[in-house]
Amino acid sequence: MSSFLSQLHFQLSCALQQRIEICKLRQGEHLILGFSIGGGIDQDPGQNPFSEDKSDKGIYVTRVTPGGPAEVAGLMMGDKVMQVNGWDMTMVTHDQARKRLTKKNEDIVRLLVTRKSLEQAVRHSMM
Amino acid sequence: MDNESQYSGYSYKSSHSRNSRKHRDRRDRHRSKSRDGSSRGDKSVTIHAPGEPLLDTESTRGDDRVILPLPYHTSQHMLKEISPPLSLLQDDNWGETTTVQTGTSEHSVSNEDLTRVSKELEESSPLECRRFLGPGLGAVLGLFALVTPLAFLVLPQLLWREALEPCGTPCEGLYVSLAFKLLVLLISTWALFLRPPRATLPRFYVFRCLLLALVFLFVASYWLFYGVRVLEPRERDYRGIVGYAASLVDALLFIQYLALVLLEVRHLQPAFCLKVVRTTDGESRFYNVGHLSIQRAAVWVLDQYYSDFPVYNPALLNLPKSILSKKSSGFKVYTLGEENNTNNSTGQSRAMIAAAARRRDNSHNEYYYEEAEMDRRVRKRKARLVVAVEEAFTHIKRLQDDEPAASSPKHPREVMDPREAAQAIFAPMARAMQKYLRTTRQQPYHSMESIINHLQFCITHNMTPKAFLERYLSPGPTLQYQRENGMGRQWTLVSEEPVTSALSRGLVFSLRRLDFSLVVTVTPLPFLHLGEEFIDPKSHKFVMRLQSETSV
Repeated sequence: MSSFLSQLHFQLSCALQQRIEICKLRQGEHLILGFSIGGGIDQDPGQNPFSEDKSDKGIYVTRVTPGGPAEVAGLMMGDKVMQVNGWDMTMVTHDQARKRLTKKNEDIVRLLVTRKSLEQAVRHSMM
Repeated sequence: MDNESQYSGYSYKSSHSRNSRKHRDRRDRHRSKSRDGSSRGDKSVTIHAPGEPLLDTESTRGDDRVILPLPYHTSQHMLKEISPPLSLLQDDNWGETTTVQTGTSEHSVSNEDLTRVSKELEESSPLECRRFLGPGLGAVLGLFALVTPLAFLVLPQLLWREALEPCGTPCEGLYVSLAFKLLVLLISTWALFLRPPRATLPRFYVFRCLLLALVFLFVASYWLFYGVRVLEPRERDYRGIVGYAASLVDALLFIQYLALVLLEVRHLQPAFCLKVVRTTDGESRFYNVGHLSIQRAAVWVLDQYYSDFPVYNPALLNLPKSILSKKSSGFKVYTLGEENNTNNSTGQSRAMIAAAARRRDNSHNEYYYEEAEMDRRVRKRKARLVVAVEEAFTHIKRLQDDEPAASSPKHPREVMDPREAAQAIFAPMARAMQKYLRTTRQQPYHSMESIINHLQFCITHNMTPKAFLERYLSPGPTLQYQRENGMGRQWTLVSEEPVTSALSRGLVFSLRRLDFSLVVTVTPLPFLHLGEEFIDPKSHKFVMRLQSETSV
């Protein structure tokens, strides 16, 4: 019965949104966040391994440096970044996204990310 | 055979025949009649009468094709217009069953009289001549027009040579130019107009009659002036006379230019798209034509029909009877309560139709399987035929010139001509061919004689078995199956508008034959707005698609 319920929960859980606050780390003269992004409206969406819909041109987190500020804040690989400090990231070019994340006068970035459920993410990464 | 009224209107006779006035009256009345009696005009002729007397090579009724020797059959493509009381293939008593006859008064000739008169006219003259009557008339007029300038020049010389003033160099220049212009006129008339006509039209060809009338008027007025100003007073200024003749030739050249433009050039630029649909099996084609009158467009469509449309095979029906007959309605309708008698029947039939439509019937299933079975059978027979023909063709080979006829004394090879070779290899493939033709219902079109002839033809021209079979594997155009005879093909033009009117949007006319008809719909070609866009060849630049990853 519980396995049945958990199975049900499995299918019912879809994307969940999370607000993540990352404090930038100062390394030399750069402020780094500790993750890599991919995607953008000027990129090829078909090559994005994390998106479910292969025409999704949003910004995705492709790598999270272990121990970096992003991992500490709870960002995970495969998250889709929806907003950065209130700026929309669903319809931006790759370069615009990079710029919004690396503004020199901001120390903290607040991201709104979307993530598929954990089990599905694990399943995807194992496949 | 008297039942066929070969009445083909008045293609050339109208302006010159003795019945011209009557015909013109009839034409005018036809115009008004066809406008208000248009619905009647379409339904008037029933060609599906039993006991059809006319069976020619194009109507295929199974194997009992009867080629009647028809001495009254005249020309190719004889088009007729259907008008209410005129009967085409019916007997003359047809008119008695019509209830209304409009447009006749005691001062005009009724249509029965006209039919009778035209019949007498046709039966009196041998009908092979009728095809050439019109062009003959045109030829006479043309000859007369060509001879006129020469006559203008020669007559003064003959009649009052002594009194003429001598005329030196200017006259000689005019003589030369006159001669060359006449030569040009002669050659171009031969090239453009002296061609045997390919169709008799129901109404006269407006442009051609216009031009003939123009030429006639022109030449007549020139003769008139000549007679009054030159012959009467015995004019002595010969140079003036020569100038007069030269001006006539100039004017004839211009009339010929007008004829060229009206008859040959105007209809070359496409303006309308005609959709031609055959009523029996739905074969359709689209053609682009220019500005033509309905009858000329009909002739043009028929020309294309003979080479584009696959031959009509009445044996290929849509659905076998076994499938259709199962749709028997098992419903009975009972009326409960009070209803009027008037709408009882319509209500009943509507209820039955609705019920039959809702009933689940599987005839489509049977149709599907029947089709699949038929396909399989045809393909099997076709495979057998192809193999048989390939094998048969391997039995003979062409004898090269330098090969000795007898290779060895033990196996002498007899030398055959193509006919014998064809007969020799026909035997092994005959059975497969016959079975295939029977399966595809083509056997009325191909007799054994014709197959052997075709085989001989293919052997002579070094064709492969596939080329030989091309004729039988797909139904060819109708022209391929025509017998070569002088009898024309008779078509009937059915139209609501008068047939000399020009094509216009939304016009529909049909060309009827004995067992099928072609319905032609006219749509104008769209007006094209063509824009321009310049692309700099240097502006073609490409980049690779990116999937870059940036670490932040």
